Amino acid sequence: MDFATFLIQTLNSLQYGLLLFLVASGLTLVFGIMGIINLAHGSFYMIGAYLAFVLTSATGSLVMAIALGIPLALAFGAFLEWALFAHLYKRDHLEQVLLTYGLILIFEQLRSLLVGDDVHGVAIPAFLDASIQLTDVMSYPVYRLAISAVCIVLAIALYYVIQRTRLGMMIRAGNDDRTMVEALGININMIYRVVFALGVALAALAGMLAAPISSVFPNMGSHVLIISFVIVVIGGIGSVWGALVAALIVGFADTFGKVLIPELSGIVVYVVMAVVLLWRPEGILKKG
Amino acid sequence: MNVQASLILKLLVVALLACVPLTGESFYIEIVGKILVMAIFAMSLDLLVGFTGLVSFGHAAYFGIAAYAVAILSPQYEAASLWYVLPASIGLSALAAFVIGLFVLRTKGIYFIMVTLAFAQMAYFIFHDTPLGGGSDGMYLNNKPSAAIFGWEPFDLTNEVHMFYFILVMMVLVYLFLTRILQSPFGRALVGIKSNEHRMQSLGYFTFRYKLGAFTLAGALGGLAGFLYAVLFGFVTPELLSWHESGNVLLMVILGGMGNLPGVIAGAFAFEAMREVFADLTKYWQLLMGGVIVAVVLFLPGGLAGIPGRIKRAMQGGDAK
Repeated sequence: MDFATFLIQTLNSLQYGLLLFLVASGLTLVFGIMGIINLAHGSFYMIGAYLAFVLTSATGSLVMAIALGIPLALAFGAFLEWALFAHLYKRDHLEQVLLTYGLILIFEQLRSLLVGDDVHGVAIPAFLDASIQLTDVMSYPVYRLAISAVCIVLAIALYYVIQRTRLGMMIRAGNDDRTMVEALGININMIYRVVFALGVALAALAGMLAAPISSVFPNMGSHVLIISFVIVVIGGIGSVWGALVAALIVGFADTFGKVLIPELSGIVVYVVMAVVLLWRPEGILKKG
Repeated sequence: MNVQASLILKLLVVALLACVPLTGESFYIEIVGKILVMAIFAMSLDLLVGFTGLVSFGHAAYFGIAAYAVAILSPQYEAASLWYVLPASIGLSALAAFVIGLFVLRTKGIYFIMVTLAFAQMAYFIFHDTPLGGGSDGMYLNNKPSAAIFGWEPFDLTNEVHMFYFILVMMVLVYLFLTRILQSPFGRALVGIKSNEHRMQSLGYFTFRYKLGAFTLAGALGGLAGFLYAVLFGFVTPELLSWHESGNVLLMVILGGMGNLPGVIAGAFAFEAMREVFADLTKYWQLLMGGVIVAVVLFLPGGLAGIPGRIKRAMQGGDAK
């Protein structure tokens, strides 16, 4: 592997890992704070991608689509929490798995009814539709760099919110001890709704950003869902920073796996997960 | 329900199932046969989920490994002997479950759910991405195994009615076997581990060995289901090992009511019947199926097996919570 290829694959790994982090961060927060296993989280990614497709067709610009899509995703998340997930907190994990599995079927069917089963492309915004020449024959698309940049900004923002704001303090407290937080007079249900809506919006945003690269297709959420679970578990349930580290590990393992051992590339990520869990049965960073 | 009534009910159900081939409709014979295979699969998972408290989200791996084993072990142009491929495929699934169990049983709770999933995904990708079993296209089982013993053929699996009764007998045997196992000291220990593993340890039980035993046994029985599936349909694809299959069988167990073998059989029936009926009625079957699942969770905790208790409570005038 020459240097240019190595550089391209490294950038691809970073971009893929950071995008996965957006999905996984919401999943790990919902998991860690609310104790909910949400199999439908991948659907939010799928919904985001389809929102990008529909809104871009309507408004003519991905940027506009994202600006409109995020409030929609937040509202959708808050609604779902109110209507369904609020009833699941005291149920055991199996019932959560069952209900959210049912949701996947519903979301996929609604998607099929509303948008159809075709594969669609989404145009890259014109001002990002360029590439940087690395060597005579190899270049790197600016849009992928832009995705990485957006994800890094979001990761920093998330860090700021969770570590430095009052809301973040309540979220962290809720992660540690729900009863105690309630006893201190904090409306934990409100916190739950905010966290859930945030998680939905992050996953949807990841889908919107990925839409121009991966295109938009049925069941696109399912692969992302499983990979995100792997990330959450490798990182340690409830740990956002664990999820970041794990997402980057998975991004690199998957991308370089595909280049170096294409026949076994599907297995690499799961081997990494098995090894990490045998070394640290509760993830790299358990709660933090 | 007292013991006698419940026994009579079970015999009635088996008798009713035995009548299915009398319809003479290949369609029903195949569908019910498939449901019975799924019932075996679901019971094998229930040994882990319902009785030992181990929620495996990768049970399709053992189903698929045995299914592929039949296809790979059978010679291309002639039938393999049933008495060789059946034990061999079940054995391979059991071996896989034993080895994977050595690793996954070190983790607990949600981590266990995810690690079992991870190993199942590895198995999925091995069949999906390598030429071992025909890659993503899967492979055909051209000749169903022959049951001949030294030239004498007690039954013929290529005959759909024989195949149906073979599956039915297997399901009843698995049911009786699991019931017997659960009454044995081994089964009692498993139930003890489910309710409190620490206590079992302080009572001197080497709980890891019991859990590994249960995991291997569940893998073997899941393998039996996979074997029957491959022989019934004559082809195997990597999708048999996919996480959707693991999810579906888990749904059957939860739908039926964990830790209740007749309930789980009912769960398999309900799940497959819903799939068939909804798929027939409308192309929006996923929407209905999803809606039913969501409704079951919200309004029917305890699954189908919880219904008799609810009716009883309602009739006694108490609130059926």
